[in-house]
Amino acid sequence: MLIYDQSRPGRRASAQAPLTQPEITEIPAGLRRRSRPALPEVSEMQAVRHYTRLSQKNFSIDTHFYPLGSCTMKYNPRACNSLAMLPGFLGRHPLAPDTHGQGVMACLHDLQEILKAVTGMHAVSLAPSAGAQGEFAGVAMIRAYHKARGDHARTEILVPDAAHGTNPASAVMCGFKAREIPTGSDGDVDLDALKAAVGPQTAGIMLTNPSTVGVFDRNIQAIARTVHDAGGLLYYDGANLNAILGKVRPGDMGFDVIHMNLHKTFSTPHGGGGPGAGPVGVSPRLEPFLPVPLVTFDGDAYHWQTERERPDSIGWLTAFGGNMGILLRAYVYARMLGREGMGRVADFATLNANYLMARLREAGFEAAYPERRASHEFIVTLKPESRQFGVNAMDFAKRLLDYGYHAPTTYFPLLVPECLLIEPTETESKEDLDGFVEAMIAIRREAQETPDLVKGAPHSMPVRRLDDVRAARQLDLAWRPGTSEDING
Amino acid sequence: MSDLPSELRYTKTHEWVKDNGDGTLTVGITDHAQEALGDIVFVEAPEAGRALDAEEACAVVESVKAASDIYSPLAGEVIEANATLTDTPDAINTSPYGDGWIFRIAPADMSALDALLDAAAYEKVVEDEA
Repeated sequence: MLIYDQSRPGRRASAQAPLTQPEITEIPAGLRRRSRPALPEVSEMQAVRHYTRLSQKNFSIDTHFYPLGSCTMKYNPRACNSLAMLPGFLGRHPLAPDTHGQGVMACLHDLQEILKAVTGMHAVSLAPSAGAQGEFAGVAMIRAYHKARGDHARTEILVPDAAHGTNPASAVMCGFKAREIPTGSDGDVDLDALKAAVGPQTAGIMLTNPSTVGVFDRNIQAIARTVHDAGGLLYYDGANLNAILGKVRPGDMGFDVIHMNLHKTFSTPHGGGGPGAGPVGVSPRLEPFLPVPLVTFDGDAYHWQTERERPDSIGWLTAFGGNMGILLRAYVYARMLGREGMGRVADFATLNANYLMARLREAGFEAAYPERRASHEFIVTLKPESRQFGVNAMDFAKRLLDYGYHAPTTYFPLLVPECLLIEPTETESKEDLDGFVEAMIAIRREAQETPDLVKGAPHSMPVRRLDDVRAARQLDLAWRPGTSEDING
Repeated sequence: MSDLPSELRYTKTHEWVKDNGDGTLTVGITDHAQEALGDIVFVEAPEAGRALDAEEACAVVESVKAASDIYSPLAGEVIEANATLTDTPDAINTSPYGDGWIFRIAPADMSALDALLDAAAYEKVVEDEA
């Protein structure tokens, strides 16, 4: 039920209402409202109950195991939140002069240095305010680099077929043509196909390593050589950085540019449409093109660098210095972990993934790349179950909700049919992982004995199986008076 | 096993091609492809007049699971796109070889059709993937 459906004319939360109506004089008469906004009219208690109930319907990392592959749904320590909300941070005005923001600028400068150190890149900009914007900034820098050299023939960005869909999208947004490179049956990029595809038209390649099939590409040095020899640049999609944190550095693998999803690896909130943060790191040759602003330290004080000091920058991506609150959370997280802690993140993220994969295989599930060690995530294909019992990956995913587990990523990557992409993250205990395995075994038994039970799942959630087709074809996101409809109907 | 009309030609990327006998070919996706994709919710077909290379990505089929490129089976010029798919993209699910056709093409070289797979060869492609 929407809060609007509970609305009754004249009902209000008197204790929350202002005592006096402020007189508005600054806004010109022609721009003022003539009628009241269509806000719900409810009591304070109704509002509290409504939003508390909504929060209880939420499936979240605070309430459930959430092995959503490639999304790194790990636990965000509460300390990151509370420290980022210190009054000095919250109260700082973005237009305050540098002299009034030395504390926060010191944190941001430190974060730039930490991200440089952990990725092995030459310089970092915190400006991009989401992973997608980080990708855009990264590809825009590749474009700026070739343009500055007068190399206008480079029109193609290579993208392996296992890539996140955002990679080809970012390439196209920056005016490139995306060209797909196949993945070999062992999960590594098909090196021969890559060699055949590179040429004077190659602007670069966008790689996720470990890739979305959950393996570390063993040919990364040969890939780097092939692309560099052809005059292209290497872009590292930081989606799976969690697996290699403190172990291997993209800069050492030969990457020229990287974006980092701080919400995945550095424990800042996911989803809800943002705010996010997608800092970019670069090799020396791309440094002039970094998006502004950057924080610099002259040994005495911190300063913002803008296009005045960095005339070749691809420019501004947001009005101010990025999503400060998110960057501060990442900074606190990085400082709490320290250098050794970062390595432990990778240790336990990969240990948990490999333990879970081994246990599921032992229980008879089919791993998509059984001969490979998993990175921080792995793929199970439910093709045998689908064929034998007529119960597919989506049915398993929905039934897992009834067992109290958020479903893994389904049907991605597209390479593996009926796949579940499972990423437990480092913050889950062995007991929680074992519980998930037991649920998977129980669901397979149900698929065999009572398939309709699984195909009709979920049974215990606030809503049943949603109509995917109708949801995609008839988007209905805005409420208007008199149009309320029961979405469960 | 999915439906595989023997009079059609196929590609290893799961398109089918029908010879209309008037110098044009009709292209769609196979029953196996629609089955694998699931419920189709959106189709972006190439506009008439567009020149296509063989194996060029020329259309997009979006299902509740994924968005997939459709490749032109051979070089030629697009004659017509199936406009009814805008409102009824699910025709690809219900009638992949009939109402669910995606576009018609006038091939640059009709003999290129012979190089495509016949039903038996395509069936083997599908089996090898399984």
